[in-house]
This record gives sequence, C-alpha cells and structure tokens, in this order.
Amino acid sequence: MDEKVIIAKRIALELKKGYLVNLGIGIPTMVADYISHDQEVFLQCENGIIGIGPLSECTTELVNAGGLCATILPGGSFFDSATSFSIIRGGHVDVTVLGALEVDSEGSIASWIIPGKKVPGMGGAMDLVVGAKRVIIAMTHSNKGVPKILKKCSLPLTAYKQANLIVTEMAVIEVLEDGLHLLEVNPENTIEQVVQATEAPLIINQVIPMRGIEL
Amino acid sequence: MKSFIQSHEVSKFVKDGMSIMVGGFLSNGSPELLISAVLESNVSNLTIICNDGGYEDKGVGRLISAGRVSKLIASHIGTNPAVGRLMQENKIIVKLVPQGTLAEQIRAAGAGLGGILTPTGMNTVVAEGKKVITVQGKEFLLEEPIKADLALLGGAIADEFGNLRYRGTMRNFNPIMAMACDNVIAEVSEVVKMLDPEMVITAHPFVDYILVGGNKNG
Repeated sequence: MDEKVIIAKRIALELKKGYLVNLGIGIPTMVADYISHDQEVFLQCENGIIGIGPLSECTTELVNAGGLCATILPGGSFFDSATSFSIIRGGHVDVTVLGALEVDSEGSIASWIIPGKKVPGMGGAMDLVVGAKRVIIAMTHSNKGVPKILKKCSLPLTAYKQANLIVTEMAVIEVLEDGLHLLEVNPENTIEQVVQATEAPLIINQVIPMRGIEL
Repeated sequence: MKSFIQSHEVSKFVKDGMSIMVGGFLSNGSPELLISAVLESNVSNLTIICNDGGYEDKGVGRLISAGRVSKLIASHIGTNPAVGRLMQENKIIVKLVPQGTLAEQIRAAGAGLGGILTPTGMNTVVAEGKKVITVQGKEFLLEEPIKADLALLGGAIADEFGNLRYRGTMRNFNPIMAMACDNVIAEVSEVVKMLDPEMVITAHPFVDYILVGGNKNG
C-alpha cells in the first residue's frame, strides 16, 4: 500500500463522531477519503467554510484551502477569514491534521520554511496548531533516509510544543510531557527499524500493530 | 445610491507608492477586473496586503509578476513563483504573517483597535521584536493594526445602496478589508435593487465605489 494511504487511513480512525476537523494540504487532505459516513465529521477549511465536501467541476464559487473547486455538504456554512480563525484559534476545532518537515521530542513542529531554499509561508498553520484541541502530524517517517522526528527541530518553528500525535507510514507516536511514546508499528516494520529511522529517543512500553491500515 | 464606476475610472483612485488591500484566497474572491484596471493605470511601487501571492497569471499575482509591487504582506506565497524570484532579485520585500493574525490585524484597524493579542507565533521567528503581554497567566504577542489606502474587493453581489453579499468561499478577507481602508472599491458580478437586509454581509457605509461586471467565477 502507498505510504501516504497508510498514513491517511490510520489518521481517519482518530476522528470521532461530531468532530470539527481541519485538514491541511497534502497527505492530510487524503484523510477525507477514509472518513466513514457514520463518523459524522465536519471538515472546516480556513478560507471560510464548515462542511466542505468532495471536489467538483470548476465553478470556483467554492474552493477548498488548497484552492481546488469543491462542494458544501448539508449543515455547512460560509464565513469570513476573521470568523474562520476565531473558530481555529478559539479552540473550536477538535482536530487539525497537518504535514511537517520536522517534529521533535517536545512536540515542536517545523513546516513552513527551509531558509534559503523554500519559503512558501505559514498560511494558517501557525494558528491551527496553537488553537486546535488536538494536533496530528501526518508525514513520511524520514526524507530519503534522513530522520524527520528529531531530538530538536533544526528548521524555524511553526509552533513550540504543540503536536499531540505523529502518524507516519511506519508508526504511531504520541507526544507526552516525558517524550515520544511509540504506540503502534506497521507490521511490515520492526520496532528496531522504527527506532533506527527516528533520531529522537522513543519510549517503548506496549506496542501494538498499526490499526486501521488493512486493505 | 452608491457611486457606480467604469474600469477606466479606477486609475483616479490609484497612485504610485500607495498601499492596497486585495480580497481573495488563492485568487478565489479576488477582483480580477479591478486588478486589470490597476495594471492598465501603470502605477508601481505598491504595497499589497493580501492573504497570499495568488498565481503568476491570476489574482493579485498578476500585479506582482508585472513588477508593480515593492512590498507584499501575506500569509503564503508558495503558489506564485514570481514572488520568490523577485525576492531573490531584491525587487520585492515580503512580510509573511500567520493568516489568522493577518485577518485580525486588518479587522483591528477597521474596528478602531490598537492591536490584538494572539498566542499564534509565540516562540517562533514571528515573535521576534514584538512585545509579549501576559493576560490571565497566558502569554500573547501584541500585533499592531494594519490599514491601507485602498481596498479592492471581489466575489460580491451589490444592491443599489452599495450593500454587499458574497458567493461561497469568495467572502474570505473581503468583508474585513472593506473596514480597514480609506477608499473601498467593490467589484460585483450582479446588482439588485435591494438585498434582503438579513443577507447583507458588508453594509454600504463601508463601500465607496462599485464596479459592475465582475466574473461570477472570480
């Protein structure tokens, strides 16, 4: 299975009935494909919509946070950017899922700039990770063999100590006060392989096979 | 009755070196006709405040690609390669601001507030040089209001009084920018005699001029 699909499928399990959820660009957007109807999750996009639905043919009256034409589901609403970020910053979003370049053992996140190389900007990410009740990082475990889960982030931060859960194609890791707890490992990998691919120390108590990723 | 203007009249309201807020999110809800009119007026050295840098050939990005913008205040510039290129050539200064902070800074200016206190950006480069204020035991950054000389709004339907409502996600930054600028021009795709007062999003005192003919697909 594609590693991005594994990540998206596993994260979909974290979304509980009635949750208001914001999905970032990239792998996070794919999570929407694996949310079941009876989960009754509402998706919010920072450009001013609750209840965003599947992509559509272009009318451009309605786009998602990636600028792609989409639809609105029953019960949805539109609002301006200040209201949208009141929802986000004000703690009304239950879960935000976003990608990252680096995450560290304290839960700090770097996702918006590679100085001298790539400067896309932070968009709404800094507000989302500070305001959402729960922050889930969706990313590949390493970048061409270079670990992305570090002792300390080397890139400029998006936020300090805000990540709650890290989901990669190899593992599910929870961020707690005392460090990173390895909770689940993809059966295609061993715990040792996960430890090797992770620069930050992992606290290992009870590890179970990664849930929700069966075909 | 609000003043309805034609494209060629837009040049009366723009001049070199002015600051302009442009509504839209990745050009969705951006006023393409007004942007074209600004391009035709040949002004340059503009300070643009917009959510993002748009696309090279769409939205506010067209002003940037054409070299008319010397300073851009935005939350995201990744969709317009022209911004990065001009930054490297030292032809544009870009100030990146978290999107929610940008929205509140604009709202604060329009609401007559001296700034806002936000937890966003604490312990990041965004906090550098800014005052940290503790309220009820929690630390916040003081972010100052942002106003501009002119607002160019898009995605709207107007009535003859100048009241506006918006379509779908085209609302985004438009209503708050309407409050934060000395002059406000709204590009609308449709004019009706009178909007249902319950449906009005931007009340007419915030709007100075209306340009009819905006693309419904903004």
